[in-house]
Amino acid sequence: MDTKNIMIVGVGGQGSLLASKLLGHLLMGRGYDVKVSEVHGMSQRGGSVVTFVRYGEKVYSPVIDRGEADAIVSFELLEAARWLSYLKPEGRVVTNTQRIDPMPVITGAAEYPVGLVEKLESAGAKVDALDCLGLAEEAGSAKAVNLVLLGRLSHYFDFPIEAWQEAIEACVPAKFLELNRRAFELGRRTA
Amino acid sequence: MKKLILGNAAVARGLYEAGCAIASSYPGTPSTEITEEAAKFSEIYCEWAPNEKVAMETAFGASLGGKRSFCGMKHVGLNVAADPLFTMGYTGVNAGMVIAVADDPGMHSSQNEQDSRHYARAAKLPMLEPSDSGEALEFTKLAYELSEEFDTPVLLKMCTRVAHSQSVAELSERREPEAKPYEKEPHKYVMAPANAIKRHPVVEERLRQLAEWAGTSGINRVEDGRDSSVGIITSSTCYQYVKEACGDRYPVLKLGMVWPLPEGLIKDFAARVERLVVVEEGDPFLEGCCRGLGLSLSGKDCFPLTGELSQNMVAEKLGLDVPKGRGLSEELPNRPPVMCAGCPHRGLFYTLKKLGCTVLGDIGCYTLGAMPPLGAMDMTLCMGASISGLHGFNKARGPEAGGKAVAVIGDSTFMHSGMTGLANVAYNQSDSTVIILDNSITGMTGHQQNPTTGLNLRGDPAGKIDLEALCRAMGIERVRVVDPYDLKACEETVKEELGVSEPSVIISRRPCALLKYVKHKPALKVDAGKCRGCRACMRIGCPAISIKDGKAHIDGTQCVGCGVCGQLCGFGAFKEG
Repeated sequence: MDTKNIMIVGVGGQGSLLASKLLGHLLMGRGYDVKVSEVHGMSQRGGSVVTFVRYGEKVYSPVIDRGEADAIVSFELLEAARWLSYLKPEGRVVTNTQRIDPMPVITGAAEYPVGLVEKLESAGAKVDALDCLGLAEEAGSAKAVNLVLLGRLSHYFDFPIEAWQEAIEACVPAKFLELNRRAFELGRRTA
Repeated sequence: MKKLILGNAAVARGLYEAGCAIASSYPGTPSTEITEEAAKFSEIYCEWAPNEKVAMETAFGASLGGKRSFCGMKHVGLNVAADPLFTMGYTGVNAGMVIAVADDPGMHSSQNEQDSRHYARAAKLPMLEPSDSGEALEFTKLAYELSEEFDTPVLLKMCTRVAHSQSVAELSERREPEAKPYEKEPHKYVMAPANAIKRHPVVEERLRQLAEWAGTSGINRVEDGRDSSVGIITSSTCYQYVKEACGDRYPVLKLGMVWPLPEGLIKDFAARVERLVVVEEGDPFLEGCCRGLGLSLSGKDCFPLTGELSQNMVAEKLGLDVPKGRGLSEELPNRPPVMCAGCPHRGLFYTLKKLGCTVLGDIGCYTLGAMPPLGAMDMTLCMGASISGLHGFNKARGPEAGGKAVAVIGDSTFMHSGMTGLANVAYNQSDSTVIILDNSITGMTGHQQNPTTGLNLRGDPAGKIDLEALCRAMGIERVRVVDPYDLKACEETVKEELGVSEPSVIISRRPCALLKYVKHKPALKVDAGKCRGCRACMRIGCPAISIKDGKAHIDGTQCVGCGVCGQLCGFGAFKEG
């Protein structure tokens, strides 16, 4: 098979590292060669962050380039739009509808764009938008947005539910396991 | 056993498997996780040193003492440690010693884009360069073998994409090497001129032998291709980009050791192909060496000197098909990193901006004080430069500048290389006002302990340096402590210290809001009836505050109830949640 490419994008501090760790573990368990490229350091302080997950028979580059992503998983709407040029023409965007104002919008130097879901669609992307924050809060914590998103994403994979559950158990600290299981289920049930 | 593992964790695993016993490092993105992961093995003593020079000398001492040792740092950290580095080639080692240095092409989290390969050539030391986690683990173990076989420290060069990517590595068991006996050998370890003169020819001969080894060891390998119209010489993550873009189309000479280079192998490879292309990030290092062998080739005439390369860029430069992506046509607002909600640095920077101070800054989270709307920073150069820079600035501009200019430096950076600058302020007497931003942790690199926190790398109780007592002992008589959440106290204290004609230190003290033990207050709420929409609260650049429908709005998922915004509000619109 050709290498498949998933980008996880969001705002530093939203929990994208756990999402990529979990995906990496899951894909490794399915017998693929896997590479996951993370961002550490300064961008984690509320900046735009991107993580690349690549899997297939043999993966070389740790990064995804423009026009290569099969899917963009986005924690925030503006970030989905920012990375759109990395999506394949037939690619899919799975996004949280949450809006987090960046500093230029907060200071009034720029406007937060309106109608982003429609704009993504008119640019040719298949968009699956979901209020993950609401569901995460329903699960018990706003911090569980990442597992809600993964729950939604799980629909697009032909993997048994047990494989996802095993990956969650392996990657989430025991203390937060129940919360994250609930969040994953809520995201999965939406479709 | 195969495992999906971060490049830095793979280096740590390599340290474990190779029987490394002692690791001393200073944190720096993208190198930090090597030592953090190594600390998870009880067999390796791990510590954070105050700076990279101390770390390297500690690792050297441990090697001399007969145990395999390690130190890790980011690229600019190697500048700090360059002094011991250049002479360790002369002394060689007792037990094996490995130095990891992590470059940051693209400057994801750095102040420059320097290429550490130059250090290998300049210090006459071998340098290995892995291209993924599997090689990171293998090369770390190999580095110890080389170190002991050739009697030299070995450099292991990482970069952001290798250090911070997870890929598959094969794990094996630890092999406990026998501790080497310590024998006094002053001719080898006392580098006074008479001994050093005799050691230099040893260094040159060792390099010759290492170059010979590089040609036959298999660490540098030729991968055949179907089409020899082009042949590519590359290493590190660029190798991955080349393979991604070209597959097995063109032959590739993949270098795992970038210094010294296998000259015969390179010449043979060049003779097999019609057009030679060197693909490398950073400076034309391999390119220059190849040109020195009389080869004609494409390199930086084709690829950029700045930033990172990628598979699309390699494909495009080689005339291959490049996938196209479509973005939105409108321009989107940027999302630069910002100080976190509740960051204790914010109140202090707001004060400095309000007072119109000239701010000589330093390296850490607080460098974000340079960003709008605070914009309260005039200079950031390198670790420790705030204090020494301020001293020179004040000497040049006289007492008037001394009344307006300050240095800001974090607790960890102060211990790293700010103390010597303060010694200069005290000794050569400038009216400098130094502000130590003590958030009780090394913040930007992800919460590492340091000599002022009272805890060691593993979080156990450790020696604790008292900043106030230290500054006084260095000859600073005026040492003040202020809470940066208290804007009034900040303003009064900064004004007073700028007003006196003698050196002074203000310690702005409050733990980082992200520390687990820091208890947060409930998110504040805005009383819409009282808020006039004057935007006074927006001047502190808090990511939790925005204006919605003409009124201040607090994002309850971010606000930690620090109350700094409320102190700016003239109408009492902010209330506790």
